[in-house]
This record gives sequence, C-alpha cells and structure tokens, in this order.
Amino acid sequence: MARTLYDKLWDAHVVAEAGDKALLYIDRHLLHEVSTPQSFEALREDDLRVRRPVTQLAVADHSVPTHDRDAPIEDDQAAAQVALLERNCAAFGIEYLPLAGDDQGIVHVIGPEQGFTLPGITLVCGDSHTSTHGAFGALAFGIGASECSTVMATQTLWQSRARTMRVSFTGRLPRGVSAKDMALAFIAAVGASGATGYAVEYAGEAVRALSMEGRMTLCNMTIEAGARTGIVAPDETTFAYLRDRPRAPAGDDWSAALAYWRTLSSDADATFDREIAIAVERIAPHVTFGTSPDQVLPVGATLPAGEQLSKAMRYMGVERGAPIVGLAIDHAFIGSCTNGRLDDLRAAAAIAQHGQVAPGVRAMVVPGSMRVKAAAEAEGLDQIFLRAGFEWREPGCSLCVAMNDDRLPPGARCASTSNRNFEGRQGVGARTHLMSPAMVAAAALAGRIVDVRDVVT
Amino acid sequence: MRALSVVEGQAVSLPEADVDTDIIYPARFLLITAKKGLGAYAFADRRTDPEFPIHTDNTRPILIAGPNFGCGSSREQAPWALDDLSFRVLIAESFGEIFYGNCFRNGILPIRLGAAIVAELRGEAVRDAVIRVDLTAQTVATPSGLFTFEIAEDRREALLNGWNDTRRILALHGDDIARFEQGQRRSAAWLWTKEDMDT
Ligand code: SF4
Repeated sequence: MARTLYDKLWDAHVVAEAGDKALLYIDRHLLHEVSTPQSFEALREDDLRVRRPVTQLAVADHSVPTHDRDAPIEDDQAAAQVALLERNCAAFGIEYLPLAGDDQGIVHVIGPEQGFTLPGITLVCGDSHTSTHGAFGALAFGIGASECSTVMATQTLWQSRARTMRVSFTGRLPRGVSAKDMALAFIAAVGASGATGYAVEYAGEAVRALSMEGRMTLCNMTIEAGARTGIVAPDETTFAYLRDRPRAPAGDDWSAALAYWRTLSSDADATFDREIAIAVERIAPHVTFGTSPDQVLPVGATLPAGEQLSKAMRYMGVERGAPIVGLAIDHAFIGSCTNGRLDDLRAAAAIAQHGQVAPGVRAMVVPGSMRVKAAAEAEGLDQIFLRAGFEWREPGCSLCVAMNDDRLPPGARCASTSNRNFEGRQGVGARTHLMSPAMVAAAALAGRIVDVRDVVT
Repeated sequence: MRALSVVEGQAVSLPEADVDTDIIYPARFLLITAKKGLGAYAFADRRTDPEFPIHTDNTRPILIAGPNFGCGSSREQAPWALDDLSFRVLIAESFGEIFYGNCFRNGILPIRLGAAIVAELRGEAVRDAVIRVDLTAQTVATPSGLFTFEIAEDRREALLNGWNDTRRILALHGDDIARFEQGQRRSAAWLWTKEDMDT
C-alpha cells in the first residue's frame, strides 16, 4: 500500500501496538536546562538509569546570558539551573555541551549542525519547537518533562498516529520573501489550531528550493499551527548539509545511511487526510499584529476593523483599520531557533549594510549557536551589524523567551524574528511583531515597520 | 501518579480562546526547578486584572476553558501549576496537543466537548452549580443535564489506575524494546556506531 513519509517513519519505529496507539522507539533525545530538572528527579524517585546515554545530548540555552560569557552567570536561579543540568548529565552519563565551549547554542540549532539530527530517525526534546528537526526527514516532536524521563529510561513513548496533511508550496519565492513568510502564510491559512492532530509534510518546488536553514524555519513554525510535527523529505540539499558533520555517520556508515535516506519520501500515490496548496508567487512579507501567530497579515495590509480581535489589538496598542506599515518600533531582535542561523544572519546583514539603526531603536543580533557565530564572524557579518549599530551577542534563546536578562519593558514594541507573539513573551506587557530577518533588519533601520521589498534594490 | 475517577465540585469559567502555556505559566518562572507549589505563579500576568476569574486560593476542582487551551510551549509547569491550584478536570472544545498529553501524566483529566455543551457548562459554572465528572461512566453531570465525553481507552485506564508510564513500559515491554534494538543494530547500524565502539 502506498505510504506517506510520515507512515514510513512511524512504521520503522513501532516497538509494540495497542489499539490505535504504538509504542515508538526514540532514537535521539535533546535536553536543555529548563525542561529537564524534574525529569531527572523522576528517574531518581523511581531508581531508574538512562538506557542509552549516547543517544542523548544536552545544552543550556534558555536561561543563559548573551553577554560576558566568561563571567559566572549573575542571576542566581539561572546559574543554579545551568549547574543542575551539568550535574545531572554527569550523574547519568549524558554528554553536555559546555556553556563556554565552541558547540553551545540553541538546542534546535546545535542538533542539526552537530549531525545529531539525521533523516529517518525519531527525535524528541522537552520543547515544542522540536518540530524544527523534521526539516531533515526525521519524525521530531516536542514532549513534556515527564515524557523526557520516560524516554531516558525506556527509549520509547506511546503515541497515537496523527492524521496527515500535505502543504505544497508551488512556484518560485519572490525577492524579499523568505521561508518565514511561507510559514506565516501557512499559519494564516489554517489558523493557530488548524493543524492540531496532524503531521504536516511540506512539499513542492518552493520547499525543494529552500536551504536547510529555510526548511528548518518552516518546520520550526509548524507547532504554531497546532501540529506537533512538520517534515520535509530529505534530498541532496539535506545530504550535502549533513556530510562531514561531527556526529553524522562516516565512511561505510555514511553510504549505508544514504542508501536508506534516499527511500524516505512519500510514495507518488500516497494519499493525505488533508491537502493544502499555496502559490508562493503570491506571498508577500508577513507581519503579525496580534498575540497569536495566526493574527498575521501581508505587510501591505491594513489591520482588521471589526470588534473581534479587540483584546489582542488593545494589548498590542494598535488601532483597528490602521496600516501595518509605519508602526514605530522600539526594539529589533534577530535570532532564535526560527531565524538564528547563518542564512538568516546573511539575509539580515544584506539589509543592515545599507544604513544605520534608527535613533531610539535598540537592535540586537543573537546568533543561534557558537558555530553560527564563528561562521558569521568569518564572513564579516558581525562587522556589518556592529557598524550599522546592532548589538552582536552570545548565543542563546534570549529575547525569544525572555528568561535571561534580555527582557523588554512594558509597552515596548519589537520587530522580532522569533516564533511566538504571545502576551508577555518578550517581557511583561511587551509587544511582539513576528517577521523575517530581512524585515526586522529593515524595520531596525527605518525605526518603523516597512516593506523590505521597498528597501532592497 | 495520582488516580482519578470521580470529581465533584464547582467550576471556574475562563472563556478566552487560545490561552497558551505562557499565559498559564509565564516563562520567567521556568527558572524554578521545583515541581510543587507552582500555583503561586500561574496566570501571574493576568491576575493583576481584578476581573480575572482564577485566584491563587482556588478550591474549585473544575475549569471550563476556551478553545485551544494550553497551546504553545510544551512546558509541563502549566499542568503542575493548575494542579497546585486544585484543578483536577479541564473542559474545553479543544486543547493544545502537548498540553493535553501532559495533563494525563499528572492526574488531570482534560475533557473535549462540543461548543454548545461547553457553553452550557460555562453557564453552570457562573451559577456556582456543582458539576460531577465520572471517568468510569465518561459523563459530566450538572443539575440540569448529563453529557457523555470521549476519551482514548488507554488514557482512561491509566488515569483510573494512577499508572506510572515509565515503570509500566519497562514491565510490559522490556523484551519488545530489546528485540527492536537488536533489529535496528542490523538495519540501521549507523545509529549504533558509538555504542559498538564503546563496547
Ligand atoms: S529560541 Fe525560543 S522557541 Fe527556540 S528553543 Fe529557545 S525559547 Fe524555544
């Protein structure tokens, strides 16, 4: 019978079945400091060991400062949380990428760049944006802290099979429009819970044409439509990205893996429970205006005029029926597991080199990892940003979640490349407008939201 | 895990849609590494509004929430905090998927019901009526009505018995896991290279 890619990934990991559920084998587990203290505690309570420590990899990202990394962490709670992760990993034999090392970064950035994320595997992390790793043709999804302990002890999880949705992006992406805009256009089309219960496969020529970074951006945002997982079938772009990565298979293992990876695509006659087609030629740069990622519009649009969204719009301090273009910003943030990779920084730098951050705007660039930072510096991107008046920081989640000291004051309006415009996400009362790296850079220079297509020549 | 079969009491109504786990448990409190006592931080940025219906001294065991409740971040602090606020049953049209699963693992029963029934239950909550939820019978009873709800059988059984997922998997499927691993060592040896080198 014809199978979708999701079916193939699922079938390859069934350990046992009961009714419509399966006990799935979990190949890889990523850990960070915030979602695991209680998971390790649960292991201790039940006197359990970690079944396969080498399938686990830990890093601190959420609560770490993005400055003065040589000094001890100032915030006592954050320092304790990071130290606890390090201690727990040592106690249970799990590798921890040190904060001061060359490999630290956001968990969803380091997995792929280490070659820890691979096609055909199941991968979990106590973090909803684990869907990011689906860009490699992996079945990757976020779990809670209790499930993290189950995975560590058993290498399995009970799961119910999702329905399948294929989102086909046809055509060629226009100038000034990026994977972030594709993701926001998809969320706009289905709504914040429109893909709940589905596994989404992204397909079509516009997806094939995306770099791995772009595909990760797309899969990363899948959770914002309610789906737990997004997948892209692996292809030559995927293999080229993975070859020679530190933890990717090498030698004969590489050839054997590659032969298998080439089988990982949906069969031509496979059917999906839901099909959506989006013509990318018609996508404009998108900007969120509310407090849910589906409250999003093309940059040229005017805000809704009705009563319905008034609560979100009151929080955001925007007027019904007003244009999006021209909204004055106080902050600009380029980073996060959505848009903190080299490609994203290049796109932002290409705009930043044309001007200066507007007076009164604080703009910061937070690379997704130490490797991204080093690669960007090797290309001179840091100099472009610094010359234009952006801050160039150390890697971490930073203003995506505002758990460290990168926090916005109440009422501050921020153009942000992150993934959630939830109330208070960047600080109590702060207002977040999600957009692409190029759009954020353009807004930083203009001091207000602009259409990046009017800026690039 | 704490077992749950019958929950009877008054309910709180929170009608808003898309209440994400950042609202339920703001990120800055994720620096706390404990699992207990988190109710004090739940809805911290909403409780400044005097109209906000959920208070830290809550004793009502049932929450009638809006659609897509618990969407967003996978943080299990959201159900831990709700648990600490005495909530045992959550009723909504729909839930964020990860949050929905996290509830069961903490002895909280999330119930999905149609919009019309949720609206009726919301009315009962506002009237301070006593609502009785029976997991064995899969019913929600109010002074004026009786509604049945759907739930996956394995989830119902686990909650009724208070089973610990991890221990249960190890006890029932230890051999299955070992067999799967033997197979994968052959079919996808590249996923095992490191262990094979270590041993
Ligand atoms: S960058 Fe943001 S979304 Fe990504 S893992 Fe960190 S906090 Fe989560």
